[in-house]
Amino acid sequence: MTKYVGQRVKRTEDPRLIKGLAHYVDDIGLPGTLHVAFVRSMYAHAKINGIDTTEAFKAPGVVAVYSGKDIATKVGPVPCAAALPDLKVPDYRVLATNKALFVGHPIAAIVATDKYAARDAVDLIFVDYEELPAVVDVEAAANGGTIIHESFGDNVAYKLTSGEGDIDAAMKAADKIVSQKMVHQRLAPIAMEPRGVLARYFPGEEELTVWSSTQIPHLLRTQLALMIGIPENKLRVITPEVGGGFGSKLNVYAEEALLGWISIQLGKPVKWIESRRENVQATIHGRAQVGTVEVGVKNDGAITGLRYNVVADLGAYHQLLTPAIPTLTGLMLSGAYKIPAIQMNVTGVFTNKMSTDAYRGAGRPEATYVVERVMDVIARELNLDPIEVRRKNFPKADEFPFHTATGLDYDSGDYDGALNKALDLSGYQSLREEQKKARDNGKLIGIGVSSYVEICALGPSQAMPAGGWESATVRIEPTGKVTVLTGASPHGQGQETSFAQIAADELGVDLNDVTVIHGDTGIVQYGIGTFGSRATAVGGTAVLIAIQKLKEKASKIAAHMMQCEASSLSFEDGCYTKKEAAAASVTGKSEPVVPVGEGPAGALNDVPTPTNGRHKLTIQEIALAAHVAKEIPPDTEPGLSATYFFEPKNFTFPFGTHVCVVEIDKETGETKIVKYVAVDDCGKVINPLLVDGQVHGGIVQAIGQALYEEVVYDEQGQLVTGELMDYALPKASQMPWFETDRTETPSPVNPLGVKGVGEAGTIGATPAVVNAVVDALSAYGVTHIDMPIRPEKIWKLIR
Amino acid sequence: MKQAISINVNGADHAGEVEPRLLLVHYLRDVLGLTGTHIGCETSICGACTILLDGQAVKSCTMFAVQADGSNITTIEGLATNGNLHPMQEGFWECHGLQCGYCTPGMIIAATQIVDRNPNPSRDEIRHGLEGNLCRCTGYQHIVEAVEYAAAKKSGV
Repeated sequence: MTKYVGQRVKRTEDPRLIKGLAHYVDDIGLPGTLHVAFVRSMYAHAKINGIDTTEAFKAPGVVAVYSGKDIATKVGPVPCAAALPDLKVPDYRVLATNKALFVGHPIAAIVATDKYAARDAVDLIFVDYEELPAVVDVEAAANGGTIIHESFGDNVAYKLTSGEGDIDAAMKAADKIVSQKMVHQRLAPIAMEPRGVLARYFPGEEELTVWSSTQIPHLLRTQLALMIGIPENKLRVITPEVGGGFGSKLNVYAEEALLGWISIQLGKPVKWIESRRENVQATIHGRAQVGTVEVGVKNDGAITGLRYNVVADLGAYHQLLTPAIPTLTGLMLSGAYKIPAIQMNVTGVFTNKMSTDAYRGAGRPEATYVVERVMDVIARELNLDPIEVRRKNFPKADEFPFHTATGLDYDSGDYDGALNKALDLSGYQSLREEQKKARDNGKLIGIGVSSYVEICALGPSQAMPAGGWESATVRIEPTGKVTVLTGASPHGQGQETSFAQIAADELGVDLNDVTVIHGDTGIVQYGIGTFGSRATAVGGTAVLIAIQKLKEKASKIAAHMMQCEASSLSFEDGCYTKKEAAAASVTGKSEPVVPVGEGPAGALNDVPTPTNGRHKLTIQEIALAAHVAKEIPPDTEPGLSATYFFEPKNFTFPFGTHVCVVEIDKETGETKIVKYVAVDDCGKVINPLLVDGQVHGGIVQAIGQALYEEVVYDEQGQLVTGELMDYALPKASQMPWFETDRTETPSPVNPLGVKGVGEAGTIGATPAVVNAVVDALSAYGVTHIDMPIRPEKIWKLIR
Repeated sequence: MKQAISINVNGADHAGEVEPRLLLVHYLRDVLGLTGTHIGCETSICGACTILLDGQAVKSCTMFAVQADGSNITTIEGLATNGNLHPMQEGFWECHGLQCGYCTPGMIIAATQIVDRNPNPSRDEIRHGLEGNLCRCTGYQHIVEAVEYAAAKKSGV
């Protein structure tokens, strides 16, 4: 029954996108829309002694100006959903009130009749700043100096220790302790579509509609309702086309609440589209950890224990999940290995920068980087092959579910299998031989390997701040068309296609008869959203089970219509058939064919009757009968739809091995990736085409971190990389050709057997690249280099 | 002081008065309602706003509408002919050359110029030709395949 699932089905969402006919927030125009521009702090840390808006008010086209004091008591603070013991939570107002705490901190909002006028007026607002010393260096900030939130007494937001096992005993039992300090530099997610909000208040109905480029329409609605003080059922959040998120739109932002509130004040539609400069300044950043890992090892490479002491740069405030991200690092510190004792000691620290939060991988890339990087350091220390050190510590395929000393139970896996496949595909042994020859010829070639595990399908509600389930409603309309409403909120992942594949197969209908609707709280039942590689594993499962529920009802109606027991019906290719009739049809008896009406009016007059001796009914015919409701069992609700909220019992744990080969130009220090092999196991695959796309894109973001990207603040907290001219995104010409393959270990956590793949590339690839660079430079005694490994860094090293 | 301009966009003549500082991309999007051309960086780096101006791929976010006076412009909306997708659009669909779709219109437009100039580009040439267009989703590989698909289709292979 898998006509579609498992196939490389072209995406159904593509036609509108390739024709330029899709609608992102900025493409929606409402008559009379006013435009909002923000005055943002030019200082990292400054007292605001006054704001003079007089000139701005007089400017042509300006309708309103709001500053922090105007709205301090009217709009609630930007929420943080992370709950940690003794967490300090600053009061994060939607506009700065007394102090500006990071470059880009919104201070005033200007509303004007067009966007040029609004932008012009920004320069007419005079903010009387009193500059204060900026807190920039996260390690220094953890130990004192200027305090950002004075009432807290220091800059430490929280300290947390996590892990299981006796770490001190484990370290004592080791033959050697290997230690390495690592920097996970601050990154900007840079979705190609910046954020954007359009808000329209309907004064008569007292209803507010907010269009926002978000990954979490329902959670956003709940939070905005609380912030603005409007009943949740009078607020509708719509996510039209969303141009990428990577976690940056898994949040609730000041601007979203402000726009809603302003629209209510003015009774007009208001729009704000983030500029790229604002995007780098004031959309969340990712990573930003400085840590030291210590690993106890036996001489044969067996790991006895791992400790990670880390300082996390949280930025000035908590956005939705800011303090929780480093805790995800703690969860994944066992990597793909059996480590008897693990401890993470994290200190979350405030700095005068934009908040960090979930960026593709969200805390897990840091863990994988720590573990996979240190595996190579161990191999070097013990003079062992890095592959052998990994193999030595892998759990075997029959050891799953596998409990880690971070408190997780890995669902299923065959780490050796993925590693072997990657080594075969890359021709690892011959690569090593070629490397030796190349070195003899004076070339710098490096080979890096990374065997990752990630935690996906987030997740059981017990482990999530606000629900870890996902919802689906599936209904078959009277004309036989299938509508799937998912609580997930895809923004490029392609679930309009993959969920339609699941539905079309389960219902035995044509793919083109299925439409997947998402991202509109006025239409779709409550949902959680798309992040954490969860949409297919959790949301897809909800679709599957909703359909199973729907089919239970359909089979009862079918049995009633064909005057038989439901148990005597079989379902195949979208048809309920009496089993004896199915047997008879093999002998050549023909079935009467009743066409399914395409138009509702005609369809209603064309109800198949149960008494005409039919032995076969399509599920689409049953849908019509269910709506007309003349021939359904007496105890049955009319209509044919089902809703299911799927609560997963565990996370899923995708895994794989990546092999990267680099060549370094000795003259320039430039790293070129000459070969890249990725073997990923994301469980069952719904659409291999989409999985390949996720893997490719993920790897490129990982390469971006390894080689190019970094958000740089100078000593004054000034943002140096404030545009795409300075923030170096990977380009087509810099990327290698990826050779991808898969192993397939189904997840037992959900009936689809899928594990998720959205973040795999980003998690697995960064250490593979860095390990390759370090390997290439091993002749220079290099054992570690911090990212991003730009040419100048290498050039200086080898001089 | 507004200035009169006359521009042919996707085969249709448009005449009107615009502020001299109005960016071409805003003219296309806000005045003509052609919202397929996107804005991703405002600094000519990302290429989401790429259009064809008298046959040349240019970035409409860093050009004024008045500079385009008298020109012929093709935007993503004008690429299909008689309802048939342009081979490049077809290639992007066939090869999964897009995910979120935001960079796609500019990417497709830039890619058409690569193939116009070089009917049989190598992978390296395609990648070099796309240096002015950033994609954060696809990792570029499927885009390269999409361009190869379109090149093959155009030359009847």
